[in-house]
Amino acid sequence: KTRPMEYRVAQLEALGRFLDDKKQEILEATELDMGKPSFEAFFSEILLCKNELNVTLNNLCQWMKDEHVDKNLVMQLDSAFIRKDPYGVVLIIAPWNYPIHLFLVPLIGAIAAGNCAIIKPSEISKNTERLIAETLSCYLDSDCFAVVTGGVPETTRLLENKFDYIFFTGSPPVGRIIMTAAAKHLTPVTLELGGKNPCYVSDTCDVTNVARRVAWGRFFNAGQTCIAPDYLLCTIEMQEKLMPALREAITEFFGPNPRESPDFGRIVSDKQFQRLRALLGSGRVAIGGQTDEAERYIAPTVLADVLPSDPAMQEEVFGPILPIVVIANMDEAIDFINARPRPLAVYAFSCDSKIVNQVLERTSSGGFCGNDTLMHASLTSLPFGGIGNSGLGKYHGKFTFDTFSHHRGCLHRNMGLEALNAPRYPPYTQQKLGLLTSAFEVKRRGTCTLL
Amino acid sequence: MATETVFPQLPESEARKAPEDGGGNRSVDGDTTSRNPFAGLVSHLRASWLSGKTRPMEYRVAQLEALGRFLDDKKQEILEATASDLGKAPFEAELSEILLCKNELHETLNNLSQWMKDEHVNKNLVMQLDSAFIRKDPYGVVLIIAPWNYPIHLFLVPLIGAIAAGNCVIVKPSEVSKNTERLVAEALPDYLDKDCFAVVTGGVQETTRLLENKFDYIFFTGSPPVGRIIMTAAAKHLTPVTLELGGKNPCYVSDTCDVTNVARRVAWGRFFNAGQTCIAPDYLLCTIEMQEKLLPALRKAISDFYGPNPRESPDFGRIVNDKQFQRVQRLLGSGRVAIGGQTDEAERYMAPTVLVDVQPSDPVMQEEVFGPILPIVVIANMDEAIDFINSRERPLAVYAFSSNDKVVSQVLERTSSGGFCGNDTLMHVTLTSLPFGGIGNSGLGLHHGKFSFDTFSHHRGCLKRGMGWESLNAPRYPPYSKTNFGIVQATSKVTRKSDCTLL
Repeated sequence: KTRPMEYRVAQLEALGRFLDDKKQEILEATELDMGKPSFEAFFSEILLCKNELNVTLNNLCQWMKDEHVDKNLVMQLDSAFIRKDPYGVVLIIAPWNYPIHLFLVPLIGAIAAGNCAIIKPSEISKNTERLIAETLSCYLDSDCFAVVTGGVPETTRLLENKFDYIFFTGSPPVGRIIMTAAAKHLTPVTLELGGKNPCYVSDTCDVTNVARRVAWGRFFNAGQTCIAPDYLLCTIEMQEKLMPALREAITEFFGPNPRESPDFGRIVSDKQFQRLRALLGSGRVAIGGQTDEAERYIAPTVLADVLPSDPAMQEEVFGPILPIVVIANMDEAIDFINARPRPLAVYAFSCDSKIVNQVLERTSSGGFCGNDTLMHASLTSLPFGGIGNSGLGKYHGKFTFDTFSHHRGCLHRNMGLEALNAPRYPPYTQQKLGLLTSAFEVKRRGTCTLL
Repeated sequence: MATETVFPQLPESEARKAPEDGGGNRSVDGDTTSRNPFAGLVSHLRASWLSGKTRPMEYRVAQLEALGRFLDDKKQEILEATASDLGKAPFEAELSEILLCKNELHETLNNLSQWMKDEHVNKNLVMQLDSAFIRKDPYGVVLIIAPWNYPIHLFLVPLIGAIAAGNCVIVKPSEVSKNTERLVAEALPDYLDKDCFAVVTGGVQETTRLLENKFDYIFFTGSPPVGRIIMTAAAKHLTPVTLELGGKNPCYVSDTCDVTNVARRVAWGRFFNAGQTCIAPDYLLCTIEMQEKLLPALRKAISDFYGPNPRESPDFGRIVNDKQFQRVQRLLGSGRVAIGGQTDEAERYMAPTVLVDVQPSDPVMQEEVFGPILPIVVIANMDEAIDFINSRERPLAVYAFSSNDKVVSQVLERTSSGGFCGNDTLMHVTLTSLPFGGIGNSGLGLHHGKFSFDTFSHHRGCLKRGMGWESLNAPRYPPYSKTNFGIVQATSKVTRKSDCTLL
C-alpha cells in the first residue's frame, strides 16, 4: 500500500495540512509545555518542518528511482542498479524539547521511503503529546501510521516487538537501552543523542558578534536544545571582554528582566528545573542566576571561572546556563575537547579562518559550525547526526530518505549469452583464469593528487 | 540531552557511568592486563589515531599499497592455506581471495582523493556567503571480525575501507580457518604500520574479552545469532556496527527459461567453495514440471564441472571442519536425494547434492544450508513462490530466473532482500559499484567500493560563516516580531516546486 509514489505524496501532503491546520494548537501546546515563544515554535516546529516536507516532495521521484551504476566489461549488456526498498515498520521515539519537529522530520523520511510508522511522542511535553495523539491520526492513513503514548513502561513493552527500523532522539543512557533492545531483533537504528557541545572563542574575533550569536544559541528555547553551545572555552582575557558583551546581548534580547520577556522560555518540568538549579553552584555567577520555582524560570545565566570538576561540567547543561572554562590557548582548548566524549556539535569562533579550520580538523563531532551556533542544522543539504556518545546515523533532507530505505544492489542479466560465463566454470584452467582476470579486473590508474 | 527518563532496569549509577566510560577518545586504561587483556592494545591504537597519523592521504595510500603487496607476495601462501583449511580450489581462491580484493584495492586507490574531499552542498539564501560542506572524518579505532569461508576477502575488503577512511584497525580473523589465521597473524603485521593496525587471534573467549573494549566501529561478518551478541556488546558503548549475516537465499526458477543455462548458473553458485558462501542460492523454488526438466540439466552441469566422481576433481572443495560436516550431513535426510548424497567423513567430503520433494518442515529448510546441498521445494506458480519467500526471514540475496523480464521484475518488486540477481547467482557482489549488505535477519549496513569508505567515515555536516555580516543575523534575534519572522521565513524557506512524475 505504501509503495506507490502517489500514496507517499498524499501522506506527506496530509502532514503539511496538519502543520497548517494545527499551527495555532502547536504554538499553544509548546507554550504550555515549556513556555516556548511563538516565534521560536513557528521557526523550529513549523517552518523547518515545512522545509523538510518541501525538499522531500520536490525530490521524491528522483530519490525513489533506481540508481544505475557503472558496470565492468562482462556486464555491459546487463542492468545494474540500486533499488530503494522500504524497511517495513518503523518506530520513531521523540523527545520533549522540539516535540513536533523531532518526530515529524524523521516521519517525513520514513513515509517518503515507503514505510509504515509508529510514533511515540514524549510524555513529558504532555500538551503536545495530547495534540499529536488526538489529531495526527485524522491526517494519516490509520492502516499504516499510528501514535502510541505513554511513559517508560509503555515504551519498554513497545520495544519487545520487532521493528524494521528504530529512530530514537534522546539521551545517551536511554540510547544504549534502545540499541540493546534493537539488537535482539537485529533492528537497525539511528540514535540522535547529546553531549556537551564546546564553543571555542579565539582571541581574534568580533566580541559583539560572538556574544550575540552564542547567546542566541544558548538561550533559544531556554537552553533546551541538543545542539546548543554547552560551554565556552576561551582565554582569561577573552572572558573579560566577552562578559560585558554577553550582558549587552542578553539585555538586547530579553530586556532588563528576562522573566518579563515574552521571548524567553521556561524549563519543561520540576525535575529538570531542580537539576539545573543545582548546576548554578559551579564557578561564579557572572550574569543572571535568578530563578523562580513556581514558573520554572531560570534567568539567562553565565558562569565564569568554571573548573572541569564542577557540576556544570559533568553533564549536558540543557538549560539557560553558559559556563565559561578558561584555557591558555587553542591547543589547550582542542586537547580539552578531545579528552571528552564526542559531542553533537563543535563551535569555533575566530576572525582567522586558519583557527576555525584547525579546530575542525583536530576535533571530532557530529557536526561543526564556525562563527555561529545552531545554523548548520537548519540546512537540509547537510547531514545531521552524532558520533560516539552523541549518536549514530544521520538525517535531514535526502539523508532522512536514505536512512529509512534499504539500498538493494541489483543485477539483471540475460538468460542467454552463456558463452560469456564459460570461463568461470570448472574444470578450472590457467587460461580461464586469465580470461576472467582481464574481463573482471579493476586496474590501478595513475596516481591523483588531493586538490 | 539530559537524562529525563531513566528506565527502571538501569540503576542511576549505571546511567552516570557511561559518559565517563566513554571518556572522550582516550580509552579506559585503568584495568590490569588480566581483567582486560586487550586494553593496552586498544589504547595504543587510539593514541595513534588521536595523533593524526592516519589522516594524510599519502599515509593511507601507503598502507593500502602495502596491502596490495601482501596479496602479491603471499599469493602462494594464501592459496595453500585456504586449500588446507577448506580444500578451496586455487582457481576459486585466486578469484575470491586475490582478484576481487585487488579490485577493491584499485577502486579505492583510484578514487580516494575524490572520496576524501569535502563535499560542498546547496545553500539557502541566507548562507550564500558561507561555506557549507560535508567533511569525511574517520571514526577512530575499528574492529573487523571475519569468518572462515572467505577468510582473506572478508577481513581485507572491509579493512581497505577502514584504512581509506583514516581509521586504525584491529583485525580478528576466524580461528576456524586456522591455517589462514596463522598466515594473517604472522604475515600481515609486516606490511602494515604496527602503531595503527593489529591482528588479534583466538576463539569465542578472546573475542568476548576484545568486545569489552570501546571501539568506534565494529564490522562483523558471520551468523545472525552471533550478530545479535556483537550488536548487544556494541550497544554498551554506542558503537555503530555493520553486520553482514546470512539467511536462506531463495532461487526462483520460472517455467519460461533456458533450462541448461539456469542449471549451470545455479550449480556454479551452489557448489562454489563447496557451498560455503553466504550468498549462495540456498534452495530452489519451481513447479513440478520445471523440477523434472532441471534435474537432468543439473546432473549434466555437475558432471561437466566436476567429472563423474567429484571427489576426484581438484576443483571441488571440502567442508571446513567436523562440526560443520556433521551438521550438513544431517540435512541429507530431508526429501529425497536425487543427485549426489555421497559423503566421506575423513575427507569431510560431501558430493554436489540435489534434494527433491523437500517439505518446508524438513531439517534442510530450518537453517542456512552452507554446504553443497541444493534442496528443491515445489510450488504451483510465481505468486506462491513470492509468498513462500515473504513468509520467511529476509535473506541476503534473492535470485529469480526467467526469460520473461516481467517475471524477474515482479520477484524483485514483491520481495525484500539484501541484494538481488536476475538470471544468475553470486555475480551481483562482484561489481564494486553495487552496495553489498543485508536487511532484517541477514544484516545491517552495506559495503564494497565507495560504500566501504562511506561505512567507515563519519559524514560531518559543516558550516563556516563570516565573523561579520551581523546584520544578516539580526532578524532571528529577540525581541521577536512578525516583521522579523517574515524576513527569516523569506530567506530560509524551501518552496514546493510543481509536481514531478516518476519516470
